[in-house]
Amino acid sequence: MSATVTVPYAEPTPHRHATVDFSHLLQSEWTKIRSVRSTTWSLGLLLLLTFGFTTLIVGLTVAQWSDTSESDRLSITTDPVGFILAAGFQFAQLTICVLGVLVIAGEYSTGMIKASLLAVPKRVPMLAAKCAVFAALVFVVGLLVAFPSFFIGAALLRDKASVSLGDAGVLRAVIGAGLYLAVLGLFALAIGALVRHTGAGITGVIGFVLVLSPLAQLLPGSLGEHVHAYLPSEAGHLIAQAHQGQDDLLSPWQGFGVFCVWTVVLLLAATYFLERRDA
Amino acid sequence: MIEVRELTKHYGDKVAVDHLSFVVEPGQVTGFLGPNGSGKSTTMRLILGLDRPNFGSSVVFGKPYRQLAQPLRKVGALLEARAVHTGRTAYNHLLVLAQSQNLPRRRVDEVIDLVGLHSVARKRAGGFSLGMGQRLGIAAAMLGDPEVLVLDEPVNGLDPEGVLWIRNLMKQLAAEGRTVFVSSHLMNEMAVTAEHLIVIGRGKLIADCTTKEFIERSSEKSVLVRCPNAPALTDAVGREGGIVTPAEEGALRVTQLEASRIGELAYQHRLVLHELTPQRASLEQAFMELTRASLEYGHHGPVHSIDAERVHEGAAR
Repeated sequence: MSATVTVPYAEPTPHRHATVDFSHLLQSEWTKIRSVRSTTWSLGLLLLLTFGFTTLIVGLTVAQWSDTSESDRLSITTDPVGFILAAGFQFAQLTICVLGVLVIAGEYSTGMIKASLLAVPKRVPMLAAKCAVFAALVFVVGLLVAFPSFFIGAALLRDKASVSLGDAGVLRAVIGAGLYLAVLGLFALAIGALVRHTGAGITGVIGFVLVLSPLAQLLPGSLGEHVHAYLPSEAGHLIAQAHQGQDDLLSPWQGFGVFCVWTVVLLLAATYFLERRDA
Repeated sequence: MIEVRELTKHYGDKVAVDHLSFVVEPGQVTGFLGPNGSGKSTTMRLILGLDRPNFGSSVVFGKPYRQLAQPLRKVGALLEARAVHTGRTAYNHLLVLAQSQNLPRRRVDEVIDLVGLHSVARKRAGGFSLGMGQRLGIAAAMLGDPEVLVLDEPVNGLDPEGVLWIRNLMKQLAAEGRTVFVSSHLMNEMAVTAEHLIVIGRGKLIADCTTKEFIERSSEKSVLVRCPNAPALTDAVGREGGIVTPAEEGALRVTQLEASRIGELAYQHRLVLHELTPQRASLEQAFMELTRASLEYGHHGPVHSIDAERVHEGAAR
């Protein structure tokens, strides 16, 4: 047997006096997230899908420009960056929804949550560290995807609607795409923490992001418009537009604010239940 | 040191742990014994702050587990169900835990060597056998060089070599002055490992005493006798207060009388003896007897067997 266990208990080992602060929790959560394959897969897929869809949708739109309706053309030319980013992220964002749920629900499905809570029995710092690390990672990767995606789209669209980073609201919109993905990740994480089940969590988040929005549009009149406008992802993605569209009820920052409120409320609920429920 | 006071946990209508109180002292291996479903794992989860009790409390070093600042440096735990992300390598799993306690990377390598997982440290834990999983669990428990160890069924799934290794490890840790609290549903396993026993049935305390005391109290002594003239021996033994019951193959089982006295009686009555063997009910049998009594206690209130009562009285501190 190795000598490590035979350290007499009254005699402190050299590392016994080191203290712990939030930075250690961040370090630990960073190791967690970088050491599972789902992270690499999801973020890699985000990259591929965003570049792929940006090229495909912007390219097809340019190719069929003469067949495109007047109103569509107008909306593209008034806010080209919004069109380019939406083209890329519309479906690619689902990878972040999945990853956000996996980050926490994966701990429940594998039993890892017990080890996590034994190490950090105070639930709030554990969840806070996880959120901070995940949001930072998604924001950085989001920017690394959003900028090239914008340049690809702008190059394809050059002849129909020219747009550059220097134009009003464009830089904010591209960075906004990163912000949107980061908050979307937290939104998914909160749902994952609430339902504690990967399948149910992913279904729930995708339901919010993809299914509720067309359903809300079916509601009659201004009720439908309002419900639709305040849905998390509908409100949130406005931050990736250069300016408020004619049909939009909310400005980019208002929309993003609404999305943040949704996310904060869900995270608070997740924290509350994490404190109350048995692990 | 672990102190549990009036700990109670309900799951719906079912009472898993019922006003359980005990103290686990340092410097010895304390066995936590009970049949499957008696509430051992639940009690451990309550001690470790994973579940919330409905009533009562438990403290480690005088504090509830949830209030410990660097818990893995104080308490090492191995839970029955595996607590590892299956997609993460053993090394990274331990690194995650080490970083959360501000323990150096070196310590991860140390515990990997300690449990003998060096060759698979860089492999994903999902592919581990039960035994390797247990070893990884032990490594995680030993990471912070804790003074208290809480181990839920640690020998589960281990080969005989692994069982021996865990036994020796626990004894060694206790000898170093640490508190070792280990659960098992196997009496025999505890008999060779634990110096002190806390026995529960249906979430209630049945016994809290040394293993030696427990074995003496709970195992009924008897003597197996073979005599060609069984009726005469039965008569002689009966007059001295011995109780005779027929055993297998025409032998007799005598209780309430020592083997030496039976031998003397046979000599006095000029009876030939072919066998005279002092026996003890197996520990496992005694344990089952005792926990069955606890089930009766749970069903019918105050009516319970003398055995359980005797042990219970002895256990009162």
